[in-house]
Formats: sequence, structure tokens, C-alpha cells
Amino acid sequence: MIVTLLYYVLTAFIAVLIIWNLVKSKKWQDEILYIIILIPFLLRLLRLK
Amino acid sequence: MNISLIRKIFLSLLGTALMVFAGISFYKSRHLREPVVLGPGVTQVKKLSSYFPKLEGSINDANVYVLEGSEPGGTILILGGSHPEEPAGRLMGWIFVENAIVEKGTVIVILSANRSGTTVTRLGGAYPPDYSIPTEWGEQTFRMGDRWSNPLDQWPDPEVYIHYPSGQELAFVDARNLNRTWPGRANGTLTEKTCFAMIQLIKDEGVDIVFDLHEAELQYPVISTIVAHQKGQDLAAMASMMISGTEDFLIGVENSPEALRGLSHREIGDHTDAVSLLLEAPEPMLDATRGRTDRALLLEGKDEFIVKAGKHGLLFERIDENGWHIDVRVGRHCSTILHILELWSEDQPEKGIRMTQVPRYAEVIANGTGHYLRNPSTAPPNKLTFE
Repeated sequence: MIVTLLYYVLTAFIAVLIIWNLVKSKKWQDEILYIIILIPFLLRLLRLK
Repeated sequence: MNISLIRKIFLSLLGTALMVFAGISFYKSRHLREPVVLGPGVTQVKKLSSYFPKLEGSINDANVYVLEGSEPGGTILILGGSHPEEPAGRLMGWIFVENAIVEKGTVIVILSANRSGTTVTRLGGAYPPDYSIPTEWGEQTFRMGDRWSNPLDQWPDPEVYIHYPSGQELAFVDARNLNRTWPGRANGTLTEKTCFAMIQLIKDEGVDIVFDLHEAELQYPVISTIVAHQKGQDLAAMASMMISGTEDFLIGVENSPEALRGLSHREIGDHTDAVSLLLEAPEPMLDATRGRTDRALLLEGKDEFIVKAGKHGLLFERIDENGWHIDVRVGRHCSTILHILELWSEDQPEKGIRMTQVPRYAEVIANGTGHYLRNPSTAPPNKLTFE
């Protein structure tokens, strides 16, 4: 249970990093990439997939 | 507001729309309710947690359908949905619960042995989220499911899955495979706890035979067969001969390997007094060389690429343009169980099982699986449950 919670915290941390990179990004190609890879992290945090 | 910010907002909204679209689909699939109309033979509906309270409230606290006869006899347990992506077992269970009338002995049915596994499809597998069986009153829709428990219910996976109690090292993902976690443990993962609860059920109810219903890809050598623990080898061999001689299909027998741990046919037989048998029917959708993975392939079992693989001698079961229809697979399970019970009852009359209203292979093919599914919209509320 504790390990599972830690994995959710890790997932949230990585999601924040991706959003931070998205905000700082200058290239539109990178922005699309960040948004696509962010989706599975958010779906897991929302407990949808 | 600069162009970069506007672009970021636009792309974020696009991403959010994509996520919401996918999220709704996943949510609906996970929460699809599957109605079960309790047939005239059902005398009790229990919860699996009544045998192991730690499971109470969890997604795997399955319904346990009990069909008791008026005459004392033996007790059998039928497990559907150990691997939910193998739907013939669950559908056969539905037929038993909604139709069977037990005259002698007790029949216990679990339709969703791994309910968590019914709420997800294979990640990256592009599986359909559900499938529908045509009936005389419309269609009944079932969750597609996966081979493993849903990661939302058991996460993360270990680097290596170490089976309890043998200590055998298995593939990491099989930590969520209900047919690799027998006999389970009380303080283990959700999947292990589920097996532990079913072991308690088998012991508490004095189950004589456990049937674990599966389907297999045609490229897998253990197919169209009864996998039997050594306690059930004679029974399975006799049933194989009887079926091959009297029904319109062939079924073999495999001995449960002693060195392969965690499987129902091995661990149930080793850890309880029950005879454990696992039935395998052919399911082309599970083959790696399949074409489009859609509902039609799941239900009709037709695939030109698998037929081609067969022409190259790569399969362990025949296939032609007729495929392996779901009715054929369900019918095989029905007849196999009925034959085994007839032989068991002849050999051990005091522990016999006798029941009526369960169709045989030819009847399921002639009438279709849907013919045996009852209309939930006309069922009285006290005769309706959901999986």
C-alpha cells in the first residue's frame, strides 16, 4: 500500500515536471510531445487507466 | 499575450479533449454493469469475502452463486473469468447460473474470479472494451477484460514475481495473473488474496471438483484439452474418451506439471482435497499473428492470417474459414463439464451431481449462446444481480 502511494507521488512529480517543461518549451514540436506523454500520467492519477 | 502562450493554451486544450475522450471510454468500460438473472436453480448468492473477510469491499469481492439440489451429493466449483479475455468460460457460467436446476449435490459458480481483470483491456493491445451477445430479446453486453488484474487495483509490478509459497521466479506481470497466484496468501497482493479466498471457499464448502475455464491461442500447445491434477487424471482421461466418442468434437488430456507453480490445476489439487481440472478451448483472438483485433474476431474467431499460419504448420489446433465461433467454445465447455460430472457420479454415487436444463455442445451451436441468456429487464428485482 505504501509502495503504491509512493508510485502515485512519483507519477504526480513526473507529471509536474512534464508540465514545467511544456511551459518553458520554445518549440511547438516539443510542446506536442509533452502533451502526448502527459496524458497517461494524468489518466493514472485520475485512476481512469 | 504572445503567440507562444496562445499556442501552448491551444495545444493543452487539445490534449485535454483527447484525455477526456479516452477517459470517458475507460471509465465506462470499467463500470459497465453486467446483469445476471438468477435462474430457478440458484438458492443463494454469497460474496467471496464471506470466506475471507479481508476481501470485503474490494473489487474482487466476487458474487458466489450457489445452486443446491434437494438430494445430498457432491459439490463442484466452476470458475469463470480467471482470465477475463477468455470469454467462453464466463459465458458458460452465465448459462449455468441462469438455467441450471440441480437435483443432486451442489454447484457453486463464480462468474468473475478476477473481477479486477474484467475492468481493463490489454494495454497497447487495441482490444475492444466490450462485446455483445445477440439474444431473442436484444443484446447483452459484457466487459472484454484482460489476462491480468487491473493495474489500478494492484500497482506497481515487481521486477520479478516470486510465487508464494514455492519461491519459484515467474514473469513480473504474472504477479497480477490469477492463474499464477494460487494458492494465494492472506497478506499478499489483491490477486493473491483472491486466490486465498477461493481456497478457503473450497475448504469450507468441501468442494470435490474445481473447474477452471479458459481459452488458448492456437499457437499454444496446451489447447482443446483438460489439464488435470494427478487426482483427476483418470476422470479426465475417461471424459476425453467419452467426449471424443459421443460429441462432435475432440478434447485431449494434459497432466498438470509438478514444476510449474501457481496454476489452479496444480495448486488447488495440492492444497485442498478437491480434484482440480482446467479446461482449454481455442480462441484465435489470442494468437499473436492475428489481424484486426475487434469484436468480430473475438466472437466469430475468424482470421485469415491465423489460417495462413495453420497452412505453414505453426498451430496446435486446426482452423479454417469457419473459425472458432464463441458458441462452439461455450458449447465445448458445457459438454465437457456435463460428461465429467456423469462419470464422476457413476464412480462416486454418494458424491454425485445431477442437474438439468444445461445445454450440450450441439444445443449451444444450434440455438446460440444468447438463447440461454435471460432478459434482465423483465426479471423481478430480487432475481437480478450484477457482475
